[in-house]
Amino acid sequence: MTAAVMEPAAMEDTGLRSLLRARKGILLSALALLLVLISLAALSVGATGIPISRAFTILADAATGRSTVGGDALIILQVRLPRLFLGLLVGAALASSGALMQGLFRNPLADPGLVGVSAGAAVAAAATITLGDALLAPFIGALPFGALPAGAFAGGLLTTLGLYLVATRQGRTSIATMLLAGVAFGALSGAVMGLFSYLSDDRQLRDLAFWSLGSLSGATWTKVAAIVPLILPSLLLMPFLARGLNALSLGEAEAFHLGVPVQRVKALAILLVAVAVGASVAAAGMIGFVGIVVPHVLRLLAGPDHRTLLPASTLLGATLLVGADTVARTIAAPAELPIGILTATIGAPFFLWLLLRRQGGMAL
Amino acid sequence: MTIILEARGLSYRRSGRALIEDIDLTIQEGSLTVVLGPNGAGKSTLMRLLCGELAPTAGTVLLNGVPLRNIPAWLLAHKRAVMPQASDLAFPFTATEVTGLGVEGLGRGLSRADRQRLVFESLEQADVAHLARRNYQTLSGGERQRVQFARVLAQLKAGSTVEKRQLLLLDEPIASLDLKHQLAVLATARELVRKGLTVIAVLHDLQLAAGIADDIVLLQDGHLAARGTPDTVLTPTRLAEVFGVILKEDALPPHPWALAMA
Repeated sequence: MTAAVMEPAAMEDTGLRSLLRARKGILLSALALLLVLISLAALSVGATGIPISRAFTILADAATGRSTVGGDALIILQVRLPRLFLGLLVGAALASSGALMQGLFRNPLADPGLVGVSAGAAVAAAATITLGDALLAPFIGALPFGALPAGAFAGGLLTTLGLYLVATRQGRTSIATMLLAGVAFGALSGAVMGLFSYLSDDRQLRDLAFWSLGSLSGATWTKVAAIVPLILPSLLLMPFLARGLNALSLGEAEAFHLGVPVQRVKALAILLVAVAVGASVAAAGMIGFVGIVVPHVLRLLAGPDHRTLLPASTLLGATLLVGADTVARTIAAPAELPIGILTATIGAPFFLWLLLRRQGGMAL
Repeated sequence: MTIILEARGLSYRRSGRALIEDIDLTIQEGSLTVVLGPNGAGKSTLMRLLCGELAPTAGTVLLNGVPLRNIPAWLLAHKRAVMPQASDLAFPFTATEVTGLGVEGLGRGLSRADRQRLVFESLEQADVAHLARRNYQTLSGGERQRVQFARVLAQLKAGSTVEKRQLLLLDEPIASLDLKHQLAVLATARELVRKGLTVIAVLHDLQLAAGIADDIVLLQDGHLAARGTPDTVLTPTRLAEVFGVILKEDALPPHPWALAMA
């Protein structure tokens, strides 16, 4: 058979994109390098400037067990370092969960924040705080911090499952139903949050405000330690779903024809998203749009293959959130902006742009 | 001749309605069977039962003597491929990447270069090599269907490293194709059958069916209305009965595509 002559305009995959599509290693190395650079900047920049060389010395001293002295050592080790780790974990978790959800729903607009999963997790976390203290405190005293991720996980899991049941019929997810269900879930959790704040005392009220805005400012080693065992395994397991998600983009029946254990892939994806988002929300509140912006940019750069997309989203998500947090705490220093406000300010117009592009008839 | 696929007392009911009712069917290895029937006769349901996508409410399907439900999905993917009716795609994969989904994770002892070669061969075979780097989402319906055909061919090639006795199910494979590519897809299928593949296809065009089928399976209201070679099944009385059309037998050209393959 003869191949038709190709029009130059028909070529859509040239130059940089073609290179990044073919050589997964280049993209991942570049992203890893960026991650390291932004992380160093995040340690150095802030209300008190600390030169990167000094930050290195402090880290090296701490790593070798030598005692460190001085206020800057305290800032690095007890304030900026846990905050950096929290940012890396939460950013990686949100971006990877976004990529995973989009693959699961066969829909590039799915995002844990947008469709109410984060809100569901936040409500459950809020319930754990207000009701948990009231109901359980007489018996076991103050709740350990670990109860929050558990509660948030349960909330995230229920919302994801509910969303999937509502929006997916016969293996096809309706984008309209999904987004509208997200609106409904969001409104419901808004109402429940409102109820909780009505019932709360002053301290609980501050905590609730923290969840609805999203912030890394409360970072402590305790928080980091509580979410590492949840987020790290999720991130490491996600790439194993890549082949299944690739096949799923053809449709559920087609994925089965290709030998993918569809039900198992779907169940595991929902579980991993719920764990990762639940832990993130418990530690840093609701931070939106990371899960939609990061995978989308990466798809534009390197194509939609989940074998590249998932690890790349982990790296870029971590970088983006740490970068955004650094901006959020320096832009109005010594005061700081809740990071959720920053990501929404950038993310919401981006999301609108995606919608406009769709209506323009272009493939998303 | 050996039997590759066998359905015994196959029934499928949904919300009390029988979509497939007590069908017994044997498919010979290396044959091309065409499933015919009016709309709603249960053709697609039968195909979904035969490929293992649906579990029958009664009866069983045996592939090489093994019940389908006992074959894990990954192994089944090496033994049979399915080309769906028109498919959309969730993400902007290129035609090459879509075809590559047919070899991803399948086959034994295939290097990266082997897989790339299989993908390239399949793109050529389905006459879409010139679309290789195009975004699937921007292709026309017919082009998409040919890329899906390439993907299915790639899956069979990769699968043949594990299982030589393979089955290909085509559900209206030519619905959105132009005449040239209709004939090309069917010619490719016919050629694969000559090399030993077993093909079951749902078609609407009686003339094409009569031209390429070894066997015709005629469905009506979920029942097996007739089964046999084209000239025994496609009789004027039966067509009048099943399709409600009057047809002159001598109006069926014996080789309807001799005129078209250039």
